[in-house]
Amino acid sequence: MILLLLFYEFFKIGLFAIGGGAVTIPFLFDLTEKYDWFSKEQLIDMIAVSQSTPGPIGVNMATFAGFQTAGIGGGIIATIGLVLPSLVIVILISKILRKYMNSPLLSEIMLAIRPVVIALILFASFELFVLSITSWYRAGFAVLLFVMVWFYKRSPIFYILLSGVLGVVLKL
Amino acid sequence: MAEYVKMFVSFFKIGLFTFGGGYAMLPMFRKELIEKNNYITEDELMDYYSIGQCTPGIIAVNVATFTGYKVRKTLGGIVATSAIVLPSLIVIMSIAGILDMVTNNSIVEHAFNGIRIGVTVLLFNELIGIARKNIKNKFQIGLLVMAICLLFLGASSIMAVLFAGIIGGVRFWRMEK
Repeated sequence: MILLLLFYEFFKIGLFAIGGGAVTIPFLFDLTEKYDWFSKEQLIDMIAVSQSTPGPIGVNMATFAGFQTAGIGGGIIATIGLVLPSLVIVILISKILRKYMNSPLLSEIMLAIRPVVIALILFASFELFVLSITSWYRAGFAVLLFVMVWFYKRSPIFYILLSGVLGVVLKL
Repeated sequence: MAEYVKMFVSFFKIGLFTFGGGYAMLPMFRKELIEKNNYITEDELMDYYSIGQCTPGIIAVNVATFTGYKVRKTLGGIVATSAIVLPSLIVIMSIAGILDMVTNNSIVEHAFNGIRIGVTVLLFNELIGIARKNIKNKFQIGLLVMAICLLFLGASSIMAVLFAGIIGGVRFWRMEK
């Protein structure tokens, strides 16, 4: 029963949260008022952990909230519920796109949207910047790392692992 | 079958080695989907992000579904989506039990401070590359400035995307005439 309810609530979040991970947060706060699955304080901890673990934040939060509520089954069910609406919708959109792929109107529209995506990336990097580079020491490390990324084209995984190791070594 | 396994591994890796979600995942998407496997083109990745921004759900998951569908239709979409989500499931459920140990550990904290800076630097690098390729004429510069203003004034990302889409449509209509 609780699993069914979890599925229903997270399916709803997956269907109505348009715009990505952070948008699911207010929905999760609504859950704390509607059910006694987890408290607001627990939710804040979950958000913090979801931001520093691998994977999309929205997915991490759903897994965490589901797990907190009903164990491993809950974690799996909440995640499936969250992802299912977009899976169906995106596959439908893909089918439509395939049909109109060569439409000049569609490509003109997509071309006009591209600069917006760049603006969104700019805002996302700025947010990350404020969050991560909080001292001159860290800023220095960021500049050093940027020079490395610029001149030595290695995989992102390499740089993620390297920055983790250096974080410990340099006590960032 | 081998193609599905390869795709699964690719998206599993993306899910496992990206921190931050959404746009922070761009560098990994590029590495795995464009450079390594040739699943999609640079332009398609941008398009998936712009559509994924306006469709329900988590943006990174939407990009995975789009790519999976492009490579192997509906089943491909399902495989890619499951693969990008699976690392979250495993990691979160293993960590949830030992949460206090993990959050109050200074080594873990330093590592994450480093990783966060790494993610920022990678995304900034990505931003420069994408801007160089996609901002070439006055029309695109104008749209970029408009989008920055809209977002700065508090417009939602969906509104900015839709607004630019309408401008693109109108421009097409006027060129036709």
